[in-house]
Amino acid sequence: MPVDQIVKTVVFVIFTVMTLGGGLGVVVSPRIFHSALFLVLSFAGVVGYYVLLDAGFLAAVQLLIYIGAIAILILFAIMLSRGLMAERQSQSNQQWWIAALVALLIFVVLAAVLWRVDWPVASQQALASPSNAISQEGSQLGRDLLGPYVIPFEVASVLLLVALIGAVILARETES
Amino acid sequence: MDAIVSWLTSLFPHMAAPIARLIVHLVYAAILSFVAPVVVVVAFTYMERKVIARIQDRVGPNRAGPLGLLQGFADAVKMLTKEDITPVGADRIVYNLAPGLAVVGTILVYAVLPVAPGVIGADLNIGILYVVAVGGFGMLAAVMAGWSSNNKYALLSAFRVVAQLIAYEIPMVIAIIMVVLAAGSMQMGQIIDAQNVPFLFTLPVAFFIFFVATIAEIGRSPFDLLEAESEIVAGFHVEYSGFKFALFFIGEYMHLFVGAGLGTTLFLGGWRGPGASEATILGVLLGFVYFLVKTVFLIFLMMWVRGTFPRIRIDHLLDFGWKFLVPVGLLALVAVALVLKLPFLSSSVLKWVGMLVANIVVVVVSLTAVSFAARRSRSVALRGVAGTER
Amino acid sequence: MIPLHWWLIVAAALFCIGLYGVLSRKNAIGVLMGIELMLNAVNVNLVAFWRYITPQVLTGQIFAIFVITVAAAEAAVGLAIIIAAYRRRDTVIVDELDIMRW
Repeated sequence: MPVDQIVKTVVFVIFTVMTLGGGLGVVVSPRIFHSALFLVLSFAGVVGYYVLLDAGFLAAVQLLIYIGAIAILILFAIMLSRGLMAERQSQSNQQWWIAALVALLIFVVLAAVLWRVDWPVASQQALASPSNAISQEGSQLGRDLLGPYVIPFEVASVLLLVALIGAVILARETES
Repeated sequence: MDAIVSWLTSLFPHMAAPIARLIVHLVYAAILSFVAPVVVVVAFTYMERKVIARIQDRVGPNRAGPLGLLQGFADAVKMLTKEDITPVGADRIVYNLAPGLAVVGTILVYAVLPVAPGVIGADLNIGILYVVAVGGFGMLAAVMAGWSSNNKYALLSAFRVVAQLIAYEIPMVIAIIMVVLAAGSMQMGQIIDAQNVPFLFTLPVAFFIFFVATIAEIGRSPFDLLEAESEIVAGFHVEYSGFKFALFFIGEYMHLFVGAGLGTTLFLGGWRGPGASEATILGVLLGFVYFLVKTVFLIFLMMWVRGTFPRIRIDHLLDFGWKFLVPVGLLALVAVALVLKLPFLSSSVLKWVGMLVANIVVVVVSLTAVSFAARRSRSVALRGVAGTER
Repeated sequence: MIPLHWWLIVAAALFCIGLYGVLSRKNAIGVLMGIELMLNAVNVNLVAFWRYITPQVLTGQIFAIFVITVAAAEAAVGLAIIIAAYRRRDTVIVDELDIMRW
């Protein structure tokens, strides 16, 4: 195996430990604040995945939106609704073992199916030599978003605006 | 960087180019993460004390060493010999992780800061987006510190961190988008190349917004609500002492330097100046000097602001961010985008003039709107007073 | 290159962890975090498919961007609902938010 192959595999394993370990931490940690921090770890692992997959722009977006905005917002909400969490009650409900069973079952089925399918992977040559799309990714993404995907793009911006206004209205204290 | 790599390979003919590259980058990274923090903190605490002292008609540090130059080292020794305290009931792991994260978050930004021609950790083609993205770590560190200290002032400060930093991140990003629009790239090198006229002169509104937002992001006076002594003691790092406090302190000053460095790169033309070029060693050094001079000038401006303005109230702070900087920024952004698309502004000189005119129009419009709003709210208030008298 | 199968299985594992979180958490914020994990798993899949199957066109990345947009909107609205519920009912435990129960 060539050197860069080994390096890539090792890096992949590290990011997998981060992502899945962080994910497990999110769902089993007894304190909700720690859950949120594990969530950050998991997101950071996914950032690494994107870098490994040559999606640099997405990696930055993931960092900006998931860690910089969503995780921070979740931490903020946890701090706002504290007090409840101080009493060290169990964070899981009574059906946790059914949930675990279901999740495990789905994972087994998914893994079995995914493993068997012979995916139509592009030719080795196309994969190895970074195409124009990869090296010029940022500007190509911009062109695509304002070209063939302009309508979904506009819809997404409207969605964001609606979510913004909705969140403000929902969270505003009613004057009474 | 490339010049050093080729020099190394010529010096040791057996060395492969990738290994030479790796060594050069490792050395640069080591300089950035071990040498730069010490130099930055010592130099700028000294400068800050002297400048503030001058503004307040004092002398400033003058005992330790000639002109008090050794004061920073004395402070460092004092800080490192202090007792390391972990408060009772603190969330130990999170509490100890937070200071490190605060420093790491700022060092990560240094990787894409072009300090001299050709000297940059990694000239990513999404450079400036990376800077904005990595900024989240600083916020995260402050929130972690505030929560885990088990102290109500620290927690209050954590709330303020989230509210303030999010409120000022948005205008900052808008200002950066204007620069990206004008430069046509997010790559640091290309942004510098595009500044035949520094963007300070073509996009003054963007510079103003960026400057104010940067001060707020660093949490310096007059926006130092995160650590307002008279309200919440010392904010999120109230419980920290010794080395962990030192880490927060280092993080803050490195953030100051990197903020000013970004301002230099985005608006003052970075390392550009007469004689600066990548070709010769002298050119590179000159570029570094230009970069330092411009950055120190911006830092001096920030210190001047700190010495001049009183701390503002938290609600005023948020109002200023959301209700003034964001709308003005959006207006300027639309104006600049329109100007850049105007068909008859074909040459770059015309484009610069167009952007400048658009910026001036935006300033006039927003100031008029603000004065109208102020007059109206004043008349409403007056009517209220009149009503109570009657 | 790392085989595509590995990516897919890691993403599936992440998805199932998120699913477990959604189903088992009492705290509404915990449920929301589970949903974020699931969305991330989907994104990893999309980007992996883009890189391995259609590296010439950026469709996979564009879909990932839309997923991120929706996730951001969802987090904002979800957290606003949680805050509003906390203010009215003084709880964020999902089992106790049951006035809609018939």
